Amino acid sequence: MITINIEKKLKAYSGQQWLKVNREFATGSIIKIYGPSGAGKTTFLKIIAGLVSTEKGSINVDDVTWLDTSTKTTLSPQKRMTGFVFQNYALFPNMTVREHLEYATKDAKWIDRLLTIGKLETLTTHKPEHLSGGQQQRLAILRALAIKPKLLLMDEPFSALDHEMKMVLINELKVLFQKLGLTVLIVTHNPQELDGLCNGELEIDTV
Amino acid sequence: MPLVLPPSVLGFYLLLAFSPQHGVGKWLHDSFDIQFVFSFQGLVLASVIYSMPFMIGPIKSALQQLPASLSQASYTLGKSERETFLRVLLPNIKPSLFTAMVLTFAHTLGEFGVVLMIGGNIPNVTRVASIAVYDSVENMDYSAANTYSLILFCITFVMVIGVFIFNKTQAKSPLE
Repeated sequence: MITINIEKKLKAYSGQQWLKVNREFATGSIIKIYGPSGAGKTTFLKIIAGLVSTEKGSINVDDVTWLDTSTKTTLSPQKRMTGFVFQNYALFPNMTVREHLEYATKDAKWIDRLLTIGKLETLTTHKPEHLSGGQQQRLAILRALAIKPKLLLMDEPFSALDHEMKMVLINELKVLFQKLGLTVLIVTHNPQELDGLCNGELEIDTV
Repeated sequence: MPLVLPPSVLGFYLLLAFSPQHGVGKWLHDSFDIQFVFSFQGLVLASVIYSMPFMIGPIKSALQQLPASLSQASYTLGKSERETFLRVLLPNIKPSLFTAMVLTFAHTLGEFGVVLMIGGNIPNVTRVASIAVYDSVENMDYSAANTYSLILFCITFVMVIGVFIFNKTQAKSPLE
């Protein structure tokens, strides 16, 4: 069970606005997050991962307190170990496909399985600059999965994929998520694309 | 400060600081038998202090140009700040690092004021090429001055061309 109750002040053109979320997510649930641009969807994911601080709130994951501003408790991103798929992929330009996964895990069998799932087995020696947008996006997803996180946070993870590849990957991931018992939060601009994958949703709007 | 101070002023203060008669210089001399004034070691130390900003500036700028998401991605994989710096950030500023190293070396090669102040002009000990040029002109030995100048010119020219070619082929941002 993941319990999130946070409040963060956001800067916007129209002045200040608040990101307020108070929700519980069951372990193993796959939640799509949507809302207007600038509402703080990415910030919400980064707060959970420990990459952005917040003024007020708490995050508890399976009885472990990741964040509690009242007691000034905060776990570092390294200790939270959330799988995070960045909107801009955040791939390391100096590393090949395989090196990305080896940087995240030493489990060679798991790396091979991920490469098969992402259909990148023939591109293991390629660096990101020699991959297409879709291949880069798949690599970003595989890298996040490589650490076998309990919680996977995905920021528009399928935006660069064509429809066919998107459906194939979503079906593969759905099985994988269930097998790993992952809780997944997915930010999307197109909620319909995740209809077959998600079993819950969260709308984030400005306050 | 080394960036804006006249080299002779920096050299003068270093000369005072490392003087074996008092302060740090005396302590180094008495405790470890190290003398930085009028020695090659002192000359290297002064050059490092003087040229450090020329190295740090471009490297700092290159690091700032890397997207924050690179280090963030590394942190979420459980990697420490040190490991992230060594395995993600540093390799991705390699072209800037190389350019900064070469240009700083070339800059140090031609240094005059600081080197003359702290090293003096002791033949075979602290007489560097740029001082040798000045010395030769002072002694009306234009032939020697020309030889030294030509050598310095060639080394610097090769370095600049090298950096130019490297930048053309390698130094484009790895994020492009």
